[in-house]
Amino acid sequence: MTQTITIDPVTRLEGHGKITIMLDSQGQVEDAHFHVTQVRGFEKFSEGRPFYEMPSLMARICGICPVSHLLASAKACEAIMAVRIPHTAAQLRRMLNMAQMVQSHALSFFHLSSPDLLLGMESDPRTRNIFGVAAARPDLGLAGIGLRRFGQHIIELLGSKRIHTGWVVPGGVTEPLSAAHRDEILSMLPEAFANVKLALTAYKQIADSFKQEIEVFANFPSNYLGLINEDESIEFTDGALRLIDPTGTIIEDGMTAHRFTEVIGEAVENYSYTKFVYYKPLGYPQGSYRVGPLPRLNIVKSMGTPQADAELAFFKQMSAGPIESSFHYHHARLVEALYGVENIERILADPLILDKHVRATAGVNRLEGAGQIEAPRGTLNHHYKVDENGKITWANLVVATGHNNKAMNLGVLQSAKAYVKDGKFTPGALNRVEAVIRAFDPCLSCSTHAFGQMPLVMTLVNADGEVVDQLIR
Amino acid sequence: MGVKTLIIDGQELSARAGQTILEVARENDINIPTLCHLEGLSNVGACRLCLVEIKGSNKLLPACVANIHEGMEVVTNSERLKKHRRVILELLFAERNHICAVCVSNGHCELQALAQEQGLTHINLPYRNPALTVDASHERFTVDHNRCILCMRCVRACAEIEGAHIWDVMGRGIDSIVITDLHEEWGSSACTRCGKCVQCCPTGALFDKSKIGSDHPKYPDFLPYLNLMREAR
Repeated sequence: MTQTITIDPVTRLEGHGKITIMLDSQGQVEDAHFHVTQVRGFEKFSEGRPFYEMPSLMARICGICPVSHLLASAKACEAIMAVRIPHTAAQLRRMLNMAQMVQSHALSFFHLSSPDLLLGMESDPRTRNIFGVAAARPDLGLAGIGLRRFGQHIIELLGSKRIHTGWVVPGGVTEPLSAAHRDEILSMLPEAFANVKLALTAYKQIADSFKQEIEVFANFPSNYLGLINEDESIEFTDGALRLIDPTGTIIEDGMTAHRFTEVIGEAVENYSYTKFVYYKPLGYPQGSYRVGPLPRLNIVKSMGTPQADAELAFFKQMSAGPIESSFHYHHARLVEALYGVENIERILADPLILDKHVRATAGVNRLEGAGQIEAPRGTLNHHYKVDENGKITWANLVVATGHNNKAMNLGVLQSAKAYVKDGKFTPGALNRVEAVIRAFDPCLSCSTHAFGQMPLVMTLVNADGEVVDQLIR
Repeated sequence: MGVKTLIIDGQELSARAGQTILEVARENDINIPTLCHLEGLSNVGACRLCLVEIKGSNKLLPACVANIHEGMEVVTNSERLKKHRRVILELLFAERNHICAVCVSNGHCELQALAQEQGLTHINLPYRNPALTVDASHERFTVDHNRCILCMRCVRACAEIEGAHIWDVMGRGIDSIVITDLHEEWGSSACTRCGKCVQCCPTGALFDKSKIGSDHPKYPDFLPYLNLMREAR
């Protein structure tokens, strides 16, 4: 008799998800699936809308990283307009993207994952949350809240709204940066640096106690995809995509947004509404890869800022080639957050940062356009087709969680095999299977462009397809 | 010109014969909500938001087209009227697709402002979610029928002020839509590109393409001055 274990809902993620673990007749784990259980239909209902409305429409996909969708969408629109945005607008957008990356990484690390890391995977679920962290380590609790506020406040200073700002428009941004706001951001930097460094120090102290988790948290060779600059430094807003294989050898380089559909395909599995993204020349599932903080650090040679470069060198000591365990996403996230704060400082030093020329205008000059950026969770691509009046006739969004979908499924299977034995599991084991997903920090609402909040159910199903156990939170 | 006396909301007022209840109320800083009415255009009494109670009559009258008479007693803000106004607004919101968050007129919309003013917090009617089109063929302006409330200000502004009469209404009842020329695309119509209709539109149905993402307040205050200058000539 085989069994299936389902974790439903998976908590502390953005969106809705469900995990099913199938057991064979001996009670051993046979297969595991991570399901994303909603459809939202953003691509469909944007049809017929004027293309210049797309950034604000697409931002509504998510309240955590609306900035990512705003930027990818605006870039796709600019491809349709065939314009290059003013230098200052590009710099301000980079700063906006950094601010969002820092706040999102702070949310992922402190609010969602640090309860597992600091309090332990088997700690009492009632206190295994940000409040438990704040009680156990008040300094880290405050640092997490402080770092998130830092990112969110910059977004507010630039775009006048923390969530769903209308400031990013096709052609640039609507308002230049004022000297007062620049000075306010500058004054926030010392505290942000201190908060990131505190988190890095705390993480390094505890990382060694998670040797077993590091072994089985989606720890396998894979391909890695991410944006990179020509000088092989990390990039979030511009640059082109690079794909490397498990040894670190470049498979494909210089993938611009308009070449994306040439090389990247989307497969469908019947158990999830999130598509499975893969590299076409290798086919599915061999062409699957990972995206996000860990792959980005695997791909790049440098961060381009001194403090983050030192941390990158430390990070890369872990392995001669690409680092494989998805547990290290947590560490990579903190290195990127440090880079984000340094990069904001660097952008503010641009002598043209207060320039008033921040918007280019144009009509429809091409009937198709695509834009790509690195969202906190990984590569994000928006691709639109319009009619001659600029109304959307077709839209496709490929989001980070879709890129990571295969890897998350493999990771759930790997950890289920380690933590579910003889058809039985403990709450600590359940939390570890969930924590694998959490390491990827997936945005399920993005990946299905889904609706609602994010509970997750875990179900144990036997060989006859009967549900023998279920955990619902 | 004869002078009439009347009472509005308990205030004893005098007014000129031939004035409407709305004119007298506004001259005396009494607020009566309106949507299809616009200073400078003729009145059509279409939106029914300005309905008022007249003492001695069970019939509600639209203040924008009802003339005053001697000894009239008007109530503009009873519970009954407030309820009617909220229902009218609910019907408007339920009829088409009004998504304030992503609308170009968010924060500058007369429909949105009225809903706030009238304390409308929820729409209790099922939304119709009709599949309506967007005409973006004009080089400067766009019409999004999803946001149109059929106030016909654009029709009146084009016909009465600009004198072009490009806009009109096609169909009947709930299927009515505003059209340009004989239902041709706005971009290939005989539109003079003056933009008066856009400034008169109370919602985001008519908007300037260049204003996307920016604030898009409308400035219809010029209409009475245009009329004044023409009369003076």
